[in-house]
Amino acid sequence: MSKPRIRLPEQAKVGEVIEIKTLISHVMETGQRKEADGKPIPRSSLNSFSANCGGTEVFSAELHPGISANPYIAFHMRVPGPGEFEFTWVDDAGVKIVEKQKLNVV
Amino acid sequence: MMLRAGGNVRRAPKPGGTVPSSGKVQMHPRRLEWMCVAPYIMGMKQTMRTLDRREFVVGVTVATVTALAVGEAMAQAAAQGWEEAVKKVLGDAKATEGKLTMDLPEIAENGNTVPFSISVDSPMTDKEYVKTVHVISTGNPQPGVVTFRFTPQSGKAAAASRMRLARTQDVIALAELSDGKFLQVKRSVKVTIGGCGG
Repeated sequence: MSKPRIRLPEQAKVGEVIEIKTLISHVMETGQRKEADGKPIPRSSLNSFSANCGGTEVFSAELHPGISANPYIAFHMRVPGPGEFEFTWVDDAGVKIVEKQKLNVV
Repeated sequence: MMLRAGGNVRRAPKPGGTVPSSGKVQMHPRRLEWMCVAPYIMGMKQTMRTLDRREFVVGVTVATVTALAVGEAMAQAAAQGWEEAVKKVLGDAKATEGKLTMDLPEIAENGNTVPFSISVDSPMTDKEYVKTVHVISTGNPQPGVVTFRFTPQSGKAAAASRMRLARTQDVIALAELSDGKFLQVKRSVKVTIGGCGG
């Protein structure tokens, strides 16, 4: 699994609303598709995403089969103060992919 | 020589026909009948010869029709699925239009990744904020696309992602507000190449 990509503003002020963009590599297989020989391809998908900043949840999403492969999720946050972001993706087997990143607050 | 002989046939008196004084060829009624029926009989022979191919063609047609029917049934199942998905979100409540916007391309060339963004006009304070936004497809095998959960800390009730669209269809977004009210918006998208591996 490649490292998820996160884009935060280079610096942010307290109280400012910033946009956060995330991208992760994943096949997001729905279980609906079949191989050429008719064998169904088993479901393998991320089903949830959440973003915490300084220990409080800011935003989360439930990912259903209608989300494209390599899910891109962009959302917003009002900057509470200096803190570290923790982004978590969870797959069907319960495996977590966690990415941490610091927000530069001026 | 043979050709000439053939050409002479017309002038020569024939058993089935008579050559009257005017020189016009008159056919025996039986012979005329045969000439009318012959093409059909020849056609039948041709049919018999190509029966295997015909059977094949008929078989393929039947298979295609069946496949289409199955596809249609699946689409109908999906149609029922999205209505259930909407009902699951709304319960007995009614959603109103406005304040919720969804940006989607009018024509999506590739149904595998259709970029979209949703936003709700809300102050996003502790008292008044958007709790969730559900995105539901009406034409995919499975209706669920995504559920965004916001908090007052989100600052702005806006999010973006990319969705799969199996075919041309309507996409519905439903927003649940902190006061229990619902907003909804519906957008139609034309899909050139469907997603979902179809």
